[in-house]
Amino acid sequence: MPQGLQSLKWPKEGNARVPYRVFSDPEIHRAERDRVFLGPTWQYLALENELPEAGDYKTTFLGETPVIVTRGDDGQIHAMVNRCAHRGNLVCLKQRGHAKDGLTCVYHAWRYDLAGNLTSIAFRRGVAGKGGMPESFKLEDHGLKKLRTDSFAGIVFGTLSSEAPPFAEYVGNDIGGRIGRVMRGKPKILGTTSQILHNNWKLYVENVKDTYHASLLHTFFTTFRISRLTTAGGVAIAESGAHHASYTYGEQRGDNATSDQLYSDIHSLHEDYRLRDPRFLDSLDEIGDGVTLQILSVFPNFVLQQIHNSIAVRLVLPKGPDETELQWTYIGFEDDDAAMTERRLQQANLVGPAGYVSMEDGAVGGFIQRAIPGAEEESSVIEMGGREHAPQPTRATEASVRGFWNAWRPLMGL
Amino acid sequence: MDLAEITRRLELETLYADYSACLDSDALERWPDFFTETCHYRVTSAENYEHGLPLGLIYATSQNMLRDRVSALRDANIYEPQRYRHLVSGIRIEQEDGGALDVTANFLVVRTMQDGGMILFAAGRYVDRIERAGAAWKFAKKIVVLDSRQIDTLLAIPL
Repeated sequence: MPQGLQSLKWPKEGNARVPYRVFSDPEIHRAERDRVFLGPTWQYLALENELPEAGDYKTTFLGETPVIVTRGDDGQIHAMVNRCAHRGNLVCLKQRGHAKDGLTCVYHAWRYDLAGNLTSIAFRRGVAGKGGMPESFKLEDHGLKKLRTDSFAGIVFGTLSSEAPPFAEYVGNDIGGRIGRVMRGKPKILGTTSQILHNNWKLYVENVKDTYHASLLHTFFTTFRISRLTTAGGVAIAESGAHHASYTYGEQRGDNATSDQLYSDIHSLHEDYRLRDPRFLDSLDEIGDGVTLQILSVFPNFVLQQIHNSIAVRLVLPKGPDETELQWTYIGFEDDDAAMTERRLQQANLVGPAGYVSMEDGAVGGFIQRAIPGAEEESSVIEMGGREHAPQPTRATEASVRGFWNAWRPLMGL
Repeated sequence: MDLAEITRRLELETLYADYSACLDSDALERWPDFFTETCHYRVTSAENYEHGLPLGLIYATSQNMLRDRVSALRDANIYEPQRYRHLVSGIRIEQEDGGALDVTANFLVVRTMQDGGMILFAAGRYVDRIERAGAAWKFAKKIVVLDSRQIDTLLAIPL
């Protein structure tokens, strides 16, 4: 079976076809690590106010590369690779913590300041004149590898690339504005969770960007007429295709009878199916623009979700070619009153690993992954709404999925 | 331990055994009956719980919300056939006030998929408040505190 990038010929239909091999080939996965995750892309690191005090830190990943994020003595957020410059040990072991005196590697006690500069090493001059580092050894040559960081609407992104343009330029005005639309206040974390998905990370990202599936796979919404493709909405897509935001208006702007007819062949509609206690769906148009759902992605692996009043950031982390960790951080805002917090907690039932409209997303990527063996040289068909990736005033399209591949392929040289 | 206390302990054992049997035998329609009408049920991680973060993966504030959860699992949500096996042990009465008891218990849940694939799906403890309802005990509160924040694939059947 052919492997690797060299032997892969992309189909002539362009972004409307995706060879299944890109989801399973270990050589492609290895190349992706360098070209996508360590390449000119911005990835989510933290919420700006998640690390309030100098010395606060958390650990995360740039793809599969471990990263430390700190609040430095200068009040700034810093990020560096979590790998000691000495022998490669993880410097920070905990998920989060406070290290006001800087970071110390447990292996040989090399010490770094909160910006990742090496400040001292144990027994540098040896013991009683014997051993120790040569005179030529310079601390300043051996710091932790530093990331560039950029804050946008209270969210900190990082990259190891010097080529990535500033984040605002990277994401563009349209999608950037839609991040700002949701992140209107100081975020307050309501809780976190994570899912282990048995599929390649790109299958989850495709799912996020796929506006076509939402009301078909997630029958909870359809059944209760909460969102159908026949509700008004659309998809905004960055020119490069890299980033997207799909949106839905709360009001059904077509008539229910036509909508029921369009769906009648797809699912049996439970006419008498009503929630006994629908309080958890009580939502408030807190932004005031009538958009009840917005799913937004920033290439390669960041998602910002507004589903009614449930707001969460999701980070999609590859764990090998066929496993992914999907991390969720649910937020409210510091000026939320108790009723608003309760509303967000109730609506969190819609999303996450047990979400009424998201549990299927945890499984469907794995279903595809399981179907790939034997089809490595075949391709998926992504032609709803044509072959381009321009924004469309409908969600019955796969334009933003094609946009993802339009951004991914040049990075991979495919 | 006097006879009344022994009787109460056996009642608690029975309550948790019945609760587990209900979930493990796919009798989900009976699951809400273990709760009071105004119950609080949520599934969370130890990380959230210990930091006082209120998020629930499942978050319900009434018995009817639990009934809705079951209806959705039966009629709306799509997930592969699977079964749970609950092992509940270490049932402890933490506190007693009036007729109500604060009870904790450990659980392990093994999940078996239709193809026979089997994993240790969840470990953690229940942080419960139970009340007398006639002859039976009912959960007025059940917080399912998972030791891990990671859920394999999805959480469909309640814990």
